[in-house]
Amino acid sequence: MKLKSLLLGAAASLALASAAQAGRGDSGHLNIIYWQAASIMNPYLSGGTKDVDASSMVLEPLAHYDENGNMVPVLAADIPTVNNGGVSKDLTSITWKLKPGLKWSDGSAVTAKDVVFTANYCMDETGGCQQLAKFADVTKVEALDDLTVKITFGKPKPFPYGPFVGSTTPVIQARQFADCKGIKAPTCTEANFNPIGTGPFKVDEFRANDTITLSANQNFRDPDKPAFATVTFKGGGDAASAARSVLETGEFDYAWNLQIAPEILAQMEAKGKGKILAGFGPLVERLMVNLTDPNPKWGDERSTVKHPHPFLSDKAVRKALSMAIDRTTLVEVGYGKAGRVTCNVLPSPAIYNSTANDSCKVQDIAGANKLLDQAGWKRGPDGVRQKNGVRLSILYQTSTNAVRQDFQALIKDWWRQIGVETELKNIDAAVFFGGDQSSPDTFQKFFADIEMYANNFDGTDPEAYMGSWKCSEIPSPENAWLGANMPRYCNPAYDKLVAEMAGTADINKRAELAKAMNDMLMQDYVIIPLVWRGNVAARANTLAGVRLNVWDSDLWNIADWSREK
Amino acid sequence: MLNFTIRRLLFTIPTLLFISFVIFFILDAAPSDPTGNLPLTIPPDVREKIRESLGLDQPMIIRYLLWCKQFFVNEPLNLLAQWGINIGDPDRLRVISFQTRSPVVDLIAQRMPQTLWVVGMSYVVGVLIALPIGIISAVKQYSWFDQMGTFISMIGFSVPTFFTGVLMIVIFSVWLGWFPSIYDTTLVVDSWRTLGLQIRQMAMPVFVLALFNAAQISRFMRASMLDNLNQDYVRTARAKGLRERTVLLVHVLRNSLIPVITVIALGVPQVFGGAIITEQVFKVNGLGQLLIIAIQGGDIPTVQTLTFIFAVLIVLFNLIADILYGILDPRIRYD
Repeated sequence: MKLKSLLLGAAASLALASAAQAGRGDSGHLNIIYWQAASIMNPYLSGGTKDVDASSMVLEPLAHYDENGNMVPVLAADIPTVNNGGVSKDLTSITWKLKPGLKWSDGSAVTAKDVVFTANYCMDETGGCQQLAKFADVTKVEALDDLTVKITFGKPKPFPYGPFVGSTTPVIQARQFADCKGIKAPTCTEANFNPIGTGPFKVDEFRANDTITLSANQNFRDPDKPAFATVTFKGGGDAASAARSVLETGEFDYAWNLQIAPEILAQMEAKGKGKILAGFGPLVERLMVNLTDPNPKWGDERSTVKHPHPFLSDKAVRKALSMAIDRTTLVEVGYGKAGRVTCNVLPSPAIYNSTANDSCKVQDIAGANKLLDQAGWKRGPDGVRQKNGVRLSILYQTSTNAVRQDFQALIKDWWRQIGVETELKNIDAAVFFGGDQSSPDTFQKFFADIEMYANNFDGTDPEAYMGSWKCSEIPSPENAWLGANMPRYCNPAYDKLVAEMAGTADINKRAELAKAMNDMLMQDYVIIPLVWRGNVAARANTLAGVRLNVWDSDLWNIADWSREK
Repeated sequence: MLNFTIRRLLFTIPTLLFISFVIFFILDAAPSDPTGNLPLTIPPDVREKIRESLGLDQPMIIRYLLWCKQFFVNEPLNLLAQWGINIGDPDRLRVISFQTRSPVVDLIAQRMPQTLWVVGMSYVVGVLIALPIGIISAVKQYSWFDQMGTFISMIGFSVPTFFTGVLMIVIFSVWLGWFPSIYDTTLVVDSWRTLGLQIRQMAMPVFVLALFNAAQISRFMRASMLDNLNQDYVRTARAKGLRERTVLLVHVLRNSLIPVITVIALGVPQVFGGAIITEQVFKVNGLGQLLIIAIQGGDIPTVQTLTFIFAVLIVLFNLIADILYGILDPRIRYD
């Protein structure tokens, strides 16, 4: 730690010690470790979680999601809704009111112009803004007065909380970024590394892909917060050593995203220096079933809707594959505390969670065998079922990752027991998820029968996510393999539900629709959910106030963190 | 000698240009995507825009020429500008990293000290350990000391640093609590206390790497000594009645050092390359770690620039080794 920040912290705590019991800077120094180092402090130029989280200590949105997925105002005075008149009756505009008296860390006032600037900064075509999707359908952002911003959409938006809700779209200072728009965005190194923000901390020194040193923002709106005077945000290494530094050696206070073998994590926690936290968002590890034929003989038409899959287009086969899986074992082997059994692709927020598919929680190999027998799939001499010369032989692909390879091995064995032959394949994550048009191994091209990965959505509204499985979202050579409908599922009834949700504003009605869509996908067995995955973090025993949040940045409430005596 | 040096230096220019092109070509052919590690919640059309804003929609040859201009023209001019010599428009486009959107050369400059301190120090320590071990092992061939030395170098050679590193962290950080397991790059050494902290946090990575380096160099030293000990001039020296000490340290050692110095010189570029794995294990944010993060993130400008700088160093130190050879060994003349 630098002497300057030490002195600053000491001075701050001295000045406030007499005034209040828990004043700004009282808790001294906080050490945070992210095993992926932050590269930049501007979430508009890097959508990586590490960068979004790091910048959330400095930059703030109009509203955050709390740990239960509810919106809480941050820079805004309250959350606009149709009822309080903040959202227009026709759902095409939303008007935000800023809290009065807000200041940037340089002492200047926060105004609606900053919000307008931020929107234009991101919506600039040439800037390569990574959060552009959050501003989808926005046609105009204007400042009605110094504290009022009106966002107008090109079509009715039942959920107008895309821009400026959550840490991915914070407000940046117009003055600092004035010369950084569009093509010049990447050249503003100084602004991107040391943004002026409204958050509880400000950057003292930013070392890209290494360490960030921060100190309390003296202009933060709550005079008693943050409790910590200084923060070191260290990056680099691997998840296991990050966990060790909190749970075993006690060098750090908070470690993020600890995806490591559950038994190792439990051993570390047993040392008694820290606690493991888990939070559950909408992240689900799932199998995608390819309803089209990936056979190379079709050339350019492989894995397109022109050729249905020889056996996975039979629902009985898909159902049997799902029934043969023991999800409890998968959770124990792969995730421990960080996983739960789920039978839905949309397990959360709680109001969207359906209970209609819970039968999948118990493995049923006998039932799966019976189902296949009834459907006419007979075991051949090698134990593999076949019908009309078609063998149940599956190519099962996923990204390279120890847990995923364990899952592949287990599932291969269960499928063997129901007479299905499985060939396993794993592909480097950067290639699999990379979307390189020239690579045959991307998850969009899906040149395999089954593929496994995890996915979720940002924020709490599943509308766009559930829209992924419309007919028009099917990846194909015509749309350059873009599209999120990996199973190539096309059901007019489903498309109708998607359209209906896009025009419904009532939250309970929306929940019903989302559940119906989830049930349709589950009962057609085109997506086979495996594990509902949580976020795992570790905190030192002495660190108080951490509320692990899966809907927003891990550090969303860092202003409330403090040192327990 | 001067002629030779100049000739070789001129010859390195086309070699390095060729190397830079090969690196660029390989990086381009590799299936890496700077948007590959972004969360899946960022939709494909936004990804496409990001790639465009990074200039990835341009043909490969254009991107290569642009990089050449940025690296060979703009960066040196920028360096001159920092020393107060301004040539041309100061608003030059520098080599910008995809991940951090900051000049790659600044990132390298920021990380160089850590790498030089930790990896450089381990090289020095390694050499200082290796030379005496090699000498004694050769003089007392097949003694218990030689056997021990052989055993330890075999361990140093064959046990990977990611194992010894983690083992040391478990023993010295977790059980004994003597050393920190995470390197603090923000530590400023300005007092005896901070110097102590710096030494403590350097101890483990330096030891792990020194063991590895020493293993290699001590074997070279031993073999070279053994070669020379059986030479006729050693017998002559002894027959002249020189003391054994003089024979060994003056006659044999000096001759044996010639090949060892070449090996040491050729190993120096590796110091700059950092020790990727060891830096990762101990969280020393040096050049090796910068390279690995850049590779994972598909940050082509950073990978290209770093690899190219390593290539320059390798070519340069090859040349230095050749020249040293000529100076140390009177039998070798280049002109």
